[in-house]
Amino acid sequence: MTTAQLLSQDPGWLIAVKGLFVFIGCVLLTLMSVWGERRIVALMQMRIGPNRVGPFGLVQALADGVKLALKEDLIPAAADKIVFIIAPIISATTCFMSFAVIPITGPVTLFGHKTAMQLTDLPVGVLYVLAIASVGVYGIVLAGWSSGSTYPLLGGLRSSAQVISYEVAMGLSLVAVFIYAGSMSTSEIVAAQQKWWFAVVLFPSFVIYAISMVGETNRAPFDLAEAEGELVGGFHTEYSSLKFALFFLAEYVNIVAVSALATTLFLGGYHALPGLTFTEQWWGGWFTAIWFFFKVLFFFFIFVWLRGTLPRLRYDQFMKFGWKVLIPVSLFWIMIVSTLRVLSLHGASRITVIGFASGIVLIVLLINIAYDSSRKRASEKPYADVAPPSFPVPQLPSERAENPRG
Amino acid sequence: MNSTGNPYVPILVIGAIGFGFAAFSLVAAAITGPKRYNRAKADPYECGIEPSPQAAEGGRFPVKYFLTAMLFIIFDIEIVFLYPWAVTFDKLGVFGLVEMSIFIATVFVAYAYVWRRGGLEWD
Repeated sequence: MTTAQLLSQDPGWLIAVKGLFVFIGCVLLTLMSVWGERRIVALMQMRIGPNRVGPFGLVQALADGVKLALKEDLIPAAADKIVFIIAPIISATTCFMSFAVIPITGPVTLFGHKTAMQLTDLPVGVLYVLAIASVGVYGIVLAGWSSGSTYPLLGGLRSSAQVISYEVAMGLSLVAVFIYAGSMSTSEIVAAQQKWWFAVVLFPSFVIYAISMVGETNRAPFDLAEAEGELVGGFHTEYSSLKFALFFLAEYVNIVAVSALATTLFLGGYHALPGLTFTEQWWGGWFTAIWFFFKVLFFFFIFVWLRGTLPRLRYDQFMKFGWKVLIPVSLFWIMIVSTLRVLSLHGASRITVIGFASGIVLIVLLINIAYDSSRKRASEKPYADVAPPSFPVPQLPSERAENPRG
Repeated sequence: MNSTGNPYVPILVIGAIGFGFAAFSLVAAAITGPKRYNRAKADPYECGIEPSPQAAEGGRFPVKYFLTAMLFIIFDIEIVFLYPWAVTFDKLGVFGLVEMSIFIATVFVAYAYVWRRGGLEWD
């Protein structure tokens, strides 16, 4: 029985219970990850981080939320009031919706019903996640536009341009996964990875997805939308109280969502690490949830690690990287993968496949060498000689050392 | 009570939960927070200097953003065509591969043109 059939037998109350579970899980994970991020970044910067509220400071994020709830809820006079209120609702609603198709466990028993910890299984599951992510952009751009203030407008524009640019790269990186899985349904993609994870088989796709998911969620080093030094806070500058908290929540739930999608598509979803498959039977199948969250938290740690390590990119560098590197590389990779797949489907001999693959590697190496040498030539090109200006200029220290005149 | 088995019902359920939570938070914030009205607070925030009367240069912003949006639509449509092709790839075989190569090459011409004309520069 496929997961889709299993899930279609869920009674209404079970759907509601599972929905609540997913919602509570997301909120708890957000609270924990805000705390975790602050602690890990603090350790990387040789500080201690929040350790006062509750054991190890675990309740810190909750305390911050309560504090925000007790703050004044300002709406600027120049704001478009209705849109200003709707924008955080859009952000906070859509971020939860992308979890509907993520398979968290294999088949389990919940309140006496055989089901799986996955809300629904659409034949177009991954497309649905991308669509919901696109709707989430509305929250950002409307928040920036409706504030009636310069910083939020610029932040919102930057943010939406960034998200849609990296969504192209993300969408292209998934094509190879669909070719190999033969489906867009999340549960079937997980099932297709029983033997080999797609992170191994389709490593370039995985790398492109991992980069673009950081760009997609506006996180460091791609957090140009809220570059504190330039734009104060970006699109949520004018927001206060729980409206701000909703954007904050949406950001972290989105991080968990893209990590969960990465786990599902590339790291075998809820399946155990190779060699530990016997653990999937523990606790009546519920142990698979542990594996799922283990992989999601691994991605979350990568997010924090990046933030603690890399400085922010300049906006033009960032857009250049998205449009001029990630997209052509993805398209090139799709053509390679599909050709290899056709070769193996038509029973081409192993030598042909290896020959083709090594030909590609050679081409990539040649391109790389040509690029390097052209850059070297560009950097070695002497500066054009400029006639000395007619007005007096101050003497540079280097010149003074060469011809000391007193 | 059995659900109809419609796979889109759970999406509405989680959407309703999320929406309910967001709406509840907004109402709660309006009740719990203090309200001390003050004209300076309602001004746009510009780091303490006199705020500009309109957001960002009279509401105009660089044409680059429109260009990015248009390029996004082109590539998004390419992706929309790539997905069904990828799912049925094994059935289409060589025919699908050749057709899709022609399609990708066609879009790539437009891409190369935009690159050459400096449409991807951001200054």
